[in-house]
Amino acid sequence: MTTSWPLRAVVAAAVFALTACLGGCYHSGLVVLLPEKDGHATAVEVKQGEQTYVLDKPYAATRQWPMGAQAYTSDAKEVEARFGAAMAAQPMRAKSFTLYFLEGQDEFTVESKEIFETVFVEISRYPVPDLVVVGHTDKVGSDPFNDQLALRRAEAVRTALIARGVAPVNIVAVGRGKRDPLVPTADGVAEPRNRRVEIVVR
Amino acid sequence: MQTPNRRSFRVALVALCSALALAAHAADIGQVKVAKGTVTIERGGQSLPAITGARLQSGDVLKTGADGSVGLTMSDNSLLSAGPNSVLSLDRYDFDATTSQGQFDATLQKGSLAVISGRIAKQSPDSMKVRTPSSILGIRGTEFVVSANDD
Repeated sequence: MTTSWPLRAVVAAAVFALTACLGGCYHSGLVVLLPEKDGHATAVEVKQGEQTYVLDKPYAATRQWPMGAQAYTSDAKEVEARFGAAMAAQPMRAKSFTLYFLEGQDEFTVESKEIFETVFVEISRYPVPDLVVVGHTDKVGSDPFNDQLALRRAEAVRTALIARGVAPVNIVAVGRGKRDPLVPTADGVAEPRNRRVEIVVR
Repeated sequence: MQTPNRRSFRVALVALCSALALAAHAADIGQVKVAKGTVTIERGGQSLPAITGARLQSGDVLKTGADGSVGLTMSDNSLLSAGPNSVLSLDRYDFDATTSQGQFDATLQKGSLAVISGRIAKQSPDSMKVRTPSSILGIRGTEFVVSANDD
């Protein structure tokens, strides 16, 4: 009976839609990967029960229905409607300034003294600023030597910031040694651009 | 001229202040940078107001009211912000600033959350997890939103 098929299809679609809405006008969770501002690759892996979804495209999303999860593509409008308040409460991103040092010392280069001044302008933009001073070295010398030198440089900058009125409780100094060079080099290479301290304002 | 009494009081005060600063400092994992409406920090059975500038500890639970939202900056530079009617637990947070190694586990029990991951997730992609009652999110980076048990 070929003529009854369209009718049955309509009924089936209606029943499906009704069930989907009864169960599904409510869904218990949503995950959306947002586009990166600088465009580099990112991903979130979502495990729901036995299923795993990898969200690795802008607006790739999953939502959790009572019967299981579903992958789909969200958009800026849905994200704003569902997460507008959460996103509006996002703190300002950390901003980083880099200061350079004379070889083997904890004293700034001349250019870096000027950059140091701009940090204070940035601090005034944050409602409750806290600062991290991160010391780095080049790859000349051992790890323990460079860890100490990096921390000494960071401490010197911390002291300078405190002298200019930043509350000590709001500044942490850390040393990264030679682990995180700005310019990758072989071990033992003297590289002025790696002898630096970052001031992170956040 | 200072009486010995006043001087010993001052010494004690300075000692107390540095002890408090040290204690606060040692356990700090992040800070409340934005707080709107009703927001509380549940810590060790107590409910504290989550004011802007409040320091966070591992194990803290943040709760927002129907008019509330809150924004946190963690010590690894990750940013977490929750919308109204949310419950967010900072279950576990370890971060070594020298090596960048760490572990960050948070749970969104209900509500909405926006995240920009930081140095912990960047150093090792398996080291940051966000859970909801129905899902586990492994964070390779960087920016995403998640909701749970919406009202």
